[in-house]
Amino acid sequence: MALKPFYNEMYAADGSVRPQYAAFADWLSTTPPEKIAQNREAADLMFHRVGITFAVYGESTGTERLIPFDIVPHVIPGKKWEVIARGLTQRISALNAFLHDVYHDQNILKAGKVPSEKVTGNTQFRPEMMHVNVPGGIYAHVAGIDLVKDADGEYYVLEDNLRTPSGVSYLLENRKMMMRLFPELFAAQTIRPVAHYPDMLLETLRNAAPAGVDNPTIVLMTPGNFNSAYFEHAFLAQQMGIELVEGVDMFVQDSTVFMRTTQGPQKVDVIYRRIDDDFIDPLAFRPDSMLGVPGLMDAYRAGRVTLANAVGTGVADDKSLYPYVPEMIRFYLGEEPILKNVHTYILTNKADLDYVIANMADLVIKETQGSGGYGMLVGPTSTKEERERYKRRVLDAPERFIAQPTLSLSTCPTFVGKGLVPRHIDLRPYILSGKSVNFVPGGLTRVALREGSLVVNSSQGGGVKDTWVVD
Amino acid sequence: MLSRTASTLYWMSRNVERAENTARILDVAYRMSLLTKDPDLQDQEWFAPLNITGTLFPFSGRHSIVCAKEVLHFMALDAENPSSIYNCAKQARENARAVRGSITSEMWEVLNSTWLEMQNMDEDRLYARGISTFFEWVKERSHLYRGVTFGTMRRDEAFQFHRLGTYMERADNTARMLDVKYHVLLPSVEDVGGAVDYYQWSAVLRSVSAYESYRKVYRDAVTPVRIAELLILRVDIPRSLHFCMHDVYRILCEVQNRSSAEATRLAGEIYAALQFGRISNIFHTGLHEYLTEFLEATDRLGEEINESFFAPEVVAVATEE
Repeated sequence: MALKPFYNEMYAADGSVRPQYAAFADWLSTTPPEKIAQNREAADLMFHRVGITFAVYGESTGTERLIPFDIVPHVIPGKKWEVIARGLTQRISALNAFLHDVYHDQNILKAGKVPSEKVTGNTQFRPEMMHVNVPGGIYAHVAGIDLVKDADGEYYVLEDNLRTPSGVSYLLENRKMMMRLFPELFAAQTIRPVAHYPDMLLETLRNAAPAGVDNPTIVLMTPGNFNSAYFEHAFLAQQMGIELVEGVDMFVQDSTVFMRTTQGPQKVDVIYRRIDDDFIDPLAFRPDSMLGVPGLMDAYRAGRVTLANAVGTGVADDKSLYPYVPEMIRFYLGEEPILKNVHTYILTNKADLDYVIANMADLVIKETQGSGGYGMLVGPTSTKEERERYKRRVLDAPERFIAQPTLSLSTCPTFVGKGLVPRHIDLRPYILSGKSVNFVPGGLTRVALREGSLVVNSSQGGGVKDTWVVD
Repeated sequence: MLSRTASTLYWMSRNVERAENTARILDVAYRMSLLTKDPDLQDQEWFAPLNITGTLFPFSGRHSIVCAKEVLHFMALDAENPSSIYNCAKQARENARAVRGSITSEMWEVLNSTWLEMQNMDEDRLYARGISTFFEWVKERSHLYRGVTFGTMRRDEAFQFHRLGTYMERADNTARMLDVKYHVLLPSVEDVGGAVDYYQWSAVLRSVSAYESYRKVYRDAVTPVRIAELLILRVDIPRSLHFCMHDVYRILCEVQNRSSAEATRLAGEIYAALQFGRISNIFHTGLHEYLTEFLEATDRLGEEINESFFAPEVVAVATEE
């Protein structure tokens, strides 16, 4: 299948510069190549010195890499962003309502809008959360919703991340870097600021405190410094001025969580945890977890401490539930979805499965529980052997996979060894839910640096760009 | 602050201090070995660094002879030796990574870039650049780090635990160095005066950057008794035991908690003995015996600090405050 022509973020089909890119294109054409090279080197050096790195799984312990940063921004016109923002607000509201519902009355299942077995039979469904009331009914306090733009210039939701979405530190550091490198571009136009994200996050966490706690003690819980996102955990804790804790730093007594400090135990009210459900409490979940706090789940269920995100959000961002999100929006909000879903083949349907097996070379097939770009098959760039191997896995357990048409992800000009070339991008806005839904404009733009590649994950050789929402 | 954070800060500064001290010790051994033409005597000098740092045993487990090349490699670059300069730089940087939220970005950047440079160091470069140049570099990074710390860090608990580590490590090092040099050079106090002794003892002073201070304080010949007095009892010499324990005691008074009384008392006892001690009494007891006792006392203090601040027992607490 020939792919449709890609949507280029910077240039229109006739080669003219799109209006939102006017200032940057101007800079690009009037700046000598040496100066551009200088800026790129300055960015590299700075990131290295500051130590903005991520660890890579599967390599020797403690391997750290810089995430490649590209100086060409992803620019979104303000008007377009307003539509995206409304769509994100709508989507996260429905997802939070869905989570509350499935852990209480399960009306959506009773109404037959979402197949029961996909929810209650899901490994991400936590029966421990049934009838537990979380403050404000908010489950996904922090969400990352991945958006892509197809050849038609329309945005689609690629996936929802409601567990421990990462990457927001790059968003903040990328902007700092761009302001240092291009002060004149920031002076010449209105680029909406993003630096207040940590304040908004702190406010969201404060509001999530258990009832009756006026001045909550908030901590950020990390699995430790071998985690791939450790830099981000330390960064956010520092930006918010809260303690960065590991499981060993806390203990539970009388259903209350304390952290061990040099001045004795101190009560903890809100835990922004960047660690999966499975590992937070060896008494409740995986008993072999060395990262968790024994008894934490008890304290949580008793309402003595808030976990953000809540336990059990994974059931709503599971890829097997993704096809039903538009239905959730209609069911809970009585609205039509503003942001489109990518058409998804559900492989437990015989017709869908047959179609997918016959058309593997044109489709993207993903594991329902995979993340980080691991374990997916991108049909158009796969070899025949890879498809054969994948086919056997799919036929063995079709319920563990979904398939989607290969999107013609939009491209953005990007510097590589040979110069400025188009590369595919996506966009991950970070959405904060509390008394209201909040976000900073734009999000993290990820770019697939390999030619033709559609996989933007940093673990798979992806890079990042600054995202500008301009007015 | 978190107990784990306090502990990491404490060990971070100990690692930096240890790297600096190791560089100082090796530098002196290197200079001393240049004073003699006799290869056997030259190699003799290289026992001292191993004795001071208490690493003779692990060293001899892997090397059959003690010589300059082997000792230098073992103590400066060996990734297998947990207290090599290489590993101290690595550990300090790992520590810093674990407590980035509690230190300033300038401190982090010094430790990060030191480690990045350290990784590029190998034996060929060490000799190409000159051994002393390398030691100078280690000392300069440590000086830079200390300056950045004092110039940028908020005077909070993190700062205190950080300094506590520095002074505990430094006191330990000065005591060990004195003890080893005493053994090597001076079986009896009366045995003073030869030219070799003079060089040996002034090397000791130089290794702790106290040569100029000695001249200012005594305006007289270098003798072991005065050196011992300077490095044990003078409160105005920044690497003396008195200076270090004065600060350790004061810090423990400031950061005290409900279970740290014994740590404070013990530090006070050690400090008081230094404050009111006399060098003649110390020599009467025997310098070696005195230093051994001091090292035992500071070891106990280290354990007390660990128990009261870093690894507190979970005790019953009031649930609401």
